[in-house]
Order: sequence, then structure tokens, then C-alpha cells
Amino acid sequence: MIRIESLTKNFGSAETIKETSLEIQAGEIFTFIGPSGSGKTTLLRLIDLLDRPTTGTVYFNGQDTGGNENERLAFRRRMAMVFQKPAVLNTTVAENVSFGLKFRGVPEEETQKRVIAALGLVGLSEFAGRRAVTLSGGEMQRVALARAIVTEPEVLLLDEPTANLDPVSSDLIENLIRGINRKSGTTIIMSTHDMIQGQRLADRIGVLMNGRLVQVGTAEEIFYQPAGREIARFVGIDAITGGIVTENRGGHALIRVKDLCFEALTGLPAGQQVILYIRPEEVTVSPAGSSSSRTSVRNQLAGRITKMVPSGPFIRITIDCGIPITALITRRSCTELGLSAGIMVVAGVKATAVHVFPFEG
Amino acid sequence: MDEITQGIAQAFDLIVTLNPDMLEIAALSLYISLSATIIAAIIAIPAGGLIHFHEFRGKQALIVIIQTLYSVPTVVVGLFLYLLISKSGPLGVLGLLFTPQGMILGQTVLIVPIMLGLVISALSGIDKSISDTLVSLGATSFQKILEILKEARYAILSAVVLGFGRAIAEVGVAMMIGGNIRGHTRVLTTAITLETGMGDFGLSIALGIILLSVALVVVIVLNIITSGFPPESRQIPGGPSG
Repeated sequence: MIRIESLTKNFGSAETIKETSLEIQAGEIFTFIGPSGSGKTTLLRLIDLLDRPTTGTVYFNGQDTGGNENERLAFRRRMAMVFQKPAVLNTTVAENVSFGLKFRGVPEEETQKRVIAALGLVGLSEFAGRRAVTLSGGEMQRVALARAIVTEPEVLLLDEPTANLDPVSSDLIENLIRGINRKSGTTIIMSTHDMIQGQRLADRIGVLMNGRLVQVGTAEEIFYQPAGREIARFVGIDAITGGIVTENRGGHALIRVKDLCFEALTGLPAGQQVILYIRPEEVTVSPAGSSSSRTSVRNQLAGRITKMVPSGPFIRITIDCGIPITALITRRSCTELGLSAGIMVVAGVKATAVHVFPFEG
Repeated sequence: MDEITQGIAQAFDLIVTLNPDMLEIAALSLYISLSATIIAAIIAIPAGGLIHFHEFRGKQALIVIIQTLYSVPTVVVGLFLYLLISKSGPLGVLGLLFTPQGMILGQTVLIVPIMLGLVISALSGIDKSISDTLVSLGATSFQKILEILKEARYAILSAVVLGFGRAIAEVGVAMMIGGNIRGHTRVLTTAITLETGMGDFGLSIALGIILLSVALVVVIVLNIITSGFPPESRQIPGGPSG
């Protein structure tokens, strides 16, 4: 559906998008994740043909979109984009939603029907006559979504569609996005810095770092097999370097890191230098000396809690086991186990939760 | 003090009795300044759009020149036009000197820069995200400019009102190009100058009050026209009320 080939975008001397190529299939929900300033918005704007790339090409259904403005307008009219900060014009909600249809010369009667239907879809039917500038942030975002979907785009681009929204509005927008994709088969390309949202919605995820697309894959691949330390850090995984495979029997390996020994599943041979990734939510924590001696968890690492950082309903605990290991546990578990900074605990990591990759410098 | 009180009383008397001389002068003032305002708006609004929406070399310098022309003295415009349209001037064949049409031309030249500059400012005040939104919704360049002009309508109205204010209040162009000929090119400001020179302060004050009243009425009418109907009344037929 959308293919970008060797795309770059410079603003002055700043290289905002570095050579990027990617193919997005029709009907797919593709999400760009990456830190702020990584180029997500710039890339979406290039795909929506709002800006011209410095080099490279965007193909729409195999057709080069780099032609003159009229040709680009024709392609742009098959897409729609919702911006992070929705801009509404100083008129009614209904008129705001009707702009795309008006620009396309859709007859007045049909426009009215489609506007009413779109407003119904986003739950804003009763707001049709309201001045759009008086709406709340969440309502404006829904107006922006209605304004985009009313044109029945083949590709819907969403730039951080739920940033700065309350959880209820976010849920509503997410459900709408999923619904539009399922009902109409609309290809959805979105950006988010909310990785959980990326995981929930996306068929595939592309990770952007400093303007470069560094990894593309399913949520499972991105969140459990990050292609590098930077990505691992961004997706919240502890990367443990300095490991070496000391033994491997049929894929069951022993890996030494400093004075610790990890059991993990990998095909890498003995002698191979490796990097280990462990997701914090796959680490269990029990107070030292508790009587859970018989367990299937292969890696039991004793250490002292050095840091506890609240993160929504969870607490992120850093345990110094010779190397820092991070665990994500619920506040309730934390209270029940009486965990606090400075006490000794045992961090448990299943062999299957240790993801092993060759270390390449 | 007596003269001020007398002037206010005289103004009241002139207005209530619909004095034909006063009406003629006021009507001519209104005709000339409104014509100049309309012509200037027709030039300044599209030109402001062109300058704002296009990037070209020297754009910033052009805007600075336009802003400098806000404060050009009316007599300088009068002098410049006088030289152009006097019988020996390059546009002398048009016979515009000492005619209302010549005064309209002069006032137009006077107020185009201020209107143009303020239209550019008004358009610059519209967030770029509005422009991006319109383009992403499939607007052509023309459709985009039209919608942004609509969005900036209140600020553009201010530019037009200010232009009208400068036109109806100026005396230099009216005097030099019009010549203050009774029944032909005499307008409120030139009449005030003449009456003051003749020592008739009461009538001058009366004409001044009438000038302000005319300006007030025009500004109110322009505001009503631009505001139009409240947005709430522009609902989709059959749609629920807001």
C-alpha cells in the first residue's frame, strides 16, 4: 500500500530522517515508536505528502508520489491525517467535519449524511452545532478523527492520537481506530510514544531512533528481541552485556556474567560473547530467606534493593545482584512482601525469560 | 468652553434638522472613504494572501517597507499624486485632479499599505497547524487560502476598519487632490479645516462630531456584516440542536 524507499529529510543541516525504507501492507496497523524528536511526525508528514523528502520516494499502491502538486493532491485525497494537537477551525463541529468533503466537491446532501454518520461514530452527534473551539482536548481529537474518517481514506495517518488525553478518551480513540481498521480495512499508520498502546494496536511496529528506522517487527519481536541496547532501553528492557556462553547442551546454555551464572535457551555455542535481555515484568521478587526453595525458576539471584520507582499501578525495583536487575511488580505485592530499599531479596528469572543475542561490540 | 458647548449644540441642531449642506458633505466623505476602503480591501486582502503564502527572495524586506509606509504623511501622498495627475503630470490626461475620483485614488494609495500589512499580520496569526490540517484534508492551494482568510476574518476586519478610519480622518490628500471645492470635493475634514481657519469653531466642532458619528456607524455596520449569523444557527438540517 505504502512503500518508502531511501527516504531522507533534512531541515537545514539537521538530518531529521536518515535513509529509511519500509513497506506497509494494505489493511495493516503499523505503528512507529521512538523517543521524542526521533522523527516520527516528520515521517508521517512525508507519507501524507505534506512535505517533500530531501531524497527518496514514497510510493502509493506502487505509484510514485513525487510528481507535481496536482498529482500529489490526488494521492493525498486518498489519505487522511490526524495530528497530535488537533487544529479546529473557528466554526461549528459539523462544518469542521465537512471540510474534506467540501474540498472534494461532494454534494451538500451527501456531505450532511456522511458528517452526521461520522459524528455518530465518534459519539459526538449532539455536538454538531457547537463551536469547535469550545470543545475539550479529547472531544477535539474525536472531531479530528471524524473529520479524517468522513472522507473514507484508504490510508489513515495518526500522529500520537492519544497524547495528553485522559484514559477514558484514550480508550475510546483506540477502540475507534481498531473499529475503523476492522470494518473498513483502512490501512492505519500511527506514531506513539506509548509503547503499551503500540503493543495493543499494532500488527507491526517500527522503531525510530535519531531519524533512523532501526527495527521493524511484530510487538513480540520488538519487545522481546530488541535489535540493540538503545532499543532495549527504550522498550524498557534491561540489557546485560559482558556475558559469555560457557556451556550449551542442546540449546540449554549456561552463560557467565561477572560472577553470576544464567541459564537460558539459545543456539549460540560455548565461547560466544553475548548480550542478555530480560523484561522487568518477567522478573519475580521474593524476600531473602523465604521458604520457596523448590521452584521451576532456573535463575535465582540474591541481591539488595537499591531503587524503587513508582510507575502507575506498578513499582519498578532495581536490585543489585552484582549486576543491576530490574523487576516490575504491583504496589500490592510490594506492600504484602514488605519490600523497601536496602533489604535483601532474591530475583527470579525463568530460563525462557532470558533473551540471548550475540554481542557485536 | 463656550465654543465647545456651542459646537455640540450646533452639531445636534445640524443633525436633527438634517441640514442639506452638512448632509452633502457627510455623504461625500462617506462615499469617497468607503470607496477607497473597498478598493483598498480588494487589493490588500488578496495581495496580503499572496505575500503571506508564498516564499520569495526579499519577502521580509517587502514587509518592512509596507510597515514603514503605515506612517507616510498624508500630504506626501497628496503631493506625489498631485504631481502624477496634474495636467502636466504623466496621468494628467485622466483629469482626476480636483475630482472625488482623484480623492478616492489618493485615499486608496494612502490606506493600502496599512491594510496590506495588517492582513499579513492577521494571516501570520493563524497557527500553521490550521494550514497543515486543511492541506491534509485535501484542500487545493486556493481552497486553503480561502479558508485561512475566513479564519482570520476578525483580524482582517480590524485592518479594513483601521484603513477606513485613516481614510475618513485624513485631510492632506483631500485638500491637495480634492481642493475643497464646495459642493464638489468638500469633505468633512477639509470643511473643518476651512471653518476653523475662518474662526467658526462651533461649526468645526459640529462637523467633527458628525465625522465621529459617521465613523461609528460604519464600524458598527462592518462588524455586523463580518460577524454574520452566530455559528450556532448554522446547523446541519435535521441534526440535533447544540
